[in-house]
Amino acid sequence: MSETMRLRLQSFVPPVVAIVAFIAAWELGCLVFNVDEFVLPRPSVAFASYLKWQTAIWPNALQTLMTTVIGFGLAIALGVALGAVIGYSALMYRALYPLLIAFNSVPKAALVPVFVIWFGIGTIPAVLIAFLISFFPIAVNVATGIATVEPELRDVLRSLGASQFDIFRKVGFPRSAPYFFASLKVAITLAFVGSVIAELGASNNGIGNMMVIASSRFEVPLVFAGLIVVAVMGIALYAVFALLERRLAAWAYRSRTV
Amino acid sequence: MAIPCVELRNVSLRYHSDGKPVHALEDVSLVVEQGEFVSIAGPSGCGKTTILRLISGLMPATRGQVCIDGQPVAGPQKRVGMAFQNPSLLPWRSALENVLLPLEVVQPHRAQFSARRKTYEEEARRLLHIVGLDGFADKPPYQLSGGMQQRVALCRALIHQPEILLLDEPFAALDAFTREELWGVLQELWTARGCTVIMVTHDLREAVFLSNHVYVMSKRPGTIVYQQVIDLPRPRLLAGTFDPRFVDYVRQIYDKIGEVRQ
Repeated sequence: MSETMRLRLQSFVPPVVAIVAFIAAWELGCLVFNVDEFVLPRPSVAFASYLKWQTAIWPNALQTLMTTVIGFGLAIALGVALGAVIGYSALMYRALYPLLIAFNSVPKAALVPVFVIWFGIGTIPAVLIAFLISFFPIAVNVATGIATVEPELRDVLRSLGASQFDIFRKVGFPRSAPYFFASLKVAITLAFVGSVIAELGASNNGIGNMMVIASSRFEVPLVFAGLIVVAVMGIALYAVFALLERRLAAWAYRSRTV
Repeated sequence: MAIPCVELRNVSLRYHSDGKPVHALEDVSLVVEQGEFVSIAGPSGCGKTTILRLISGLMPATRGQVCIDGQPVAGPQKRVGMAFQNPSLLPWRSALENVLLPLEVVQPHRAQFSARRKTYEEEARRLLHIVGLDGFADKPPYQLSGGMQQRVALCRALIHQPEILLLDEPFAALDAFTREELWGVLQELWTARGCTVIMVTHDLREAVFLSNHVYVMSKRPGTIVYQQVIDLPRPRLLAGTFDPRFVDYVRQIYDKIGEVRQ
């Protein structure tokens, strides 16, 4: 077996084993303790329900994926911009940080009714909640990355007569890349939480809405099928950003094989 | 008389650090001729590094004037290359890419960088060869030892062919053997480039080994209290550091610093 194949197996086998073991424990646990399907359906039942309702699940899943990605995209754009501002300027940091904390401390679920009043039921509240919930970690991490640039590195560029923008491009941006990608991995999963929360009460489509309808009809296996679909989409997007991170911020990880 | 390469005229510097006023330099005057190798020695905290920051344009003087080629220094400029006490390499770039950095920033290289990348890379590799880093060009900094990183930093300070090289205790963080080895490397680079070098150091043997001219500073507020021309033949060899004349120079400067510190 070649070295690269061995490394690849090493990175794939442990998570796959863990997931399979988790599903097996869930299935067996339900069987052994004879748990009512209405309380906690076995994964195989949830999967059967998924197969049965597939055509209904996918349009809703794609709706959720879309709102999540749009909200997350907004969070990246504004998070990086605000992070750069408060990372560079101590004054802006002092001025804006308490406000940021205040906004982040507001439970996002509590904002759903407010957004419904403002924008009505539909996609917009879900996008906004996904944006708000994932914006904070991105802004804070980018700010940390930029604020902790070693003054020595900055001096190297300054002594060459580099402009502030040059310094950002050559030092600030690459230096904060590991922080940025770390925050993306957290933020993307939060963005899913945000859009599903909004869909639960303020949308006529999306996985969240589907789950509300399913539970009102006591279709508990379908509720779990929806949860699993959200989880799988979360893993998939997480993997995309983890891959980007490995490619674009590899220097920060040195020889660690994780 | 020719215009001196670098001249400080009655330079003083005061600044505030953590709310306390610091009187760093008082009435420093210094003349460095084109092509000279000058060292500035003195007790720690005497403002040696500050002098380099003034010459490089990273900081303005409170009073007095700093001139390069007769022109007052108003800000950082491309005629100057600088190496710091820490190698300060960018960790996401290979050794070669670190050496190339100034060419991506400084004109006219900046405008031609993508077109002439091949030529520039050859030049960078040639410098890395001179400092003995063949085969390390593509390694990231964390795979290089401290001494190797400092060599890369020297190459980076020289790649854009500055007329003036400013060195801020470049070897202070290295072990004695590596440091003395790098004295030879630096002497060779200086001879090959013919640039003017101003080096700050607290290692008197280093100052005497490398310089034509050693200046001694008092403690804060720093001012120049003594200067010594080092009249030893070049190229200087490490064996020469045991020569009585070499030892005499070191002792004279050592005694002077002893007086200053009292």
